[in-house]
Amino acid sequence: MLIIDCPYCGARPELEFSYGGQAHIARPQHPADLCDEDWNGYLYVRDNPKGVHAERWRHIHGCARFFNALRDTRTDHFLATYKVGEPAPKVSRP
Amino acid sequence: MSDPTVASPFLGLSQTIRPLPHFSRAILRVGLKDVARASERLDLALPIAACTATGGSAMGALWLGPDEWLLIGEAGLGNGLDWMAGITEKLGDVVCSLVDVSHRQVALEISGERAEIVLAYGCALDLSITAFPVGMCTRTMYHKAEIVLWRKAPDRFHLEVWRSFARYVEALVRQAESEA
Repeated sequence: MLIIDCPYCGARPELEFSYGGQAHIARPQHPADLCDEDWNGYLYVRDNPKGVHAERWRHIHGCARFFNALRDTRTDHFLATYKVGEPAPKVSRP
Repeated sequence: MSDPTVASPFLGLSQTIRPLPHFSRAILRVGLKDVARASERLDLALPIAACTATGGSAMGALWLGPDEWLLIGEAGLGNGLDWMAGITEKLGDVVCSLVDVSHRQVALEISGERAEIVLAYGCALDLSITAFPVGMCTRTMYHKAEIVLWRKAPDRFHLEVWRSFARYVEALVRQAESEA
């Protein structure tokens, strides 16, 4: 089982967490001004990197808080976790 | 709403299991800037450190999240409304959310030398006394059911589980007990 570092609770087993999609996607300030293509991009288009991915996780069966994580999609290795609102930390590629 | 006629879902005692009597419970959510004021009003220090609990004789406060606490009180059956009204009155104008969850969950005590082992059957956390000291509490999983676990003594745990999962958890604890 993966051990994930919750920024609030510390190291916890994977089964307490749920995945929340790609992180750092800001909702457009004025959605009505967007063309269909841009709105479609905001709603549906996501990165699919082979390597480091910034994503949202929720410690649903713990403190129930959302936080962000950098995960390597090739190895499933969590490089860093950080609170919502904080910038993604710099990590050295494993 | 505390109703004196609600029965315990648990089957009963065993060597390590003891169903606990009815408690009054509430979920309190307060923003960080108002925590000190809420603690003062309640005359009970809401723990700020993650996964810790403060327990007075009359009421315990368990940290569940950075702005979320579970209050457990020993108001007897039928006195739940008074208990809630008392807390509401004490909190006064503190900006918060207070929800009565007295009957959402029920409590089990797991105790004895094998308590750690019995819990470890279904809980992935490190429950050794150094990693999970007395006074630590957390929401976690026991097999597939969400529980709140609170270590009250080196060999005594307080386990809160939602009422509908009570039999499930109890049965698995009994099975662990028979194998541990």
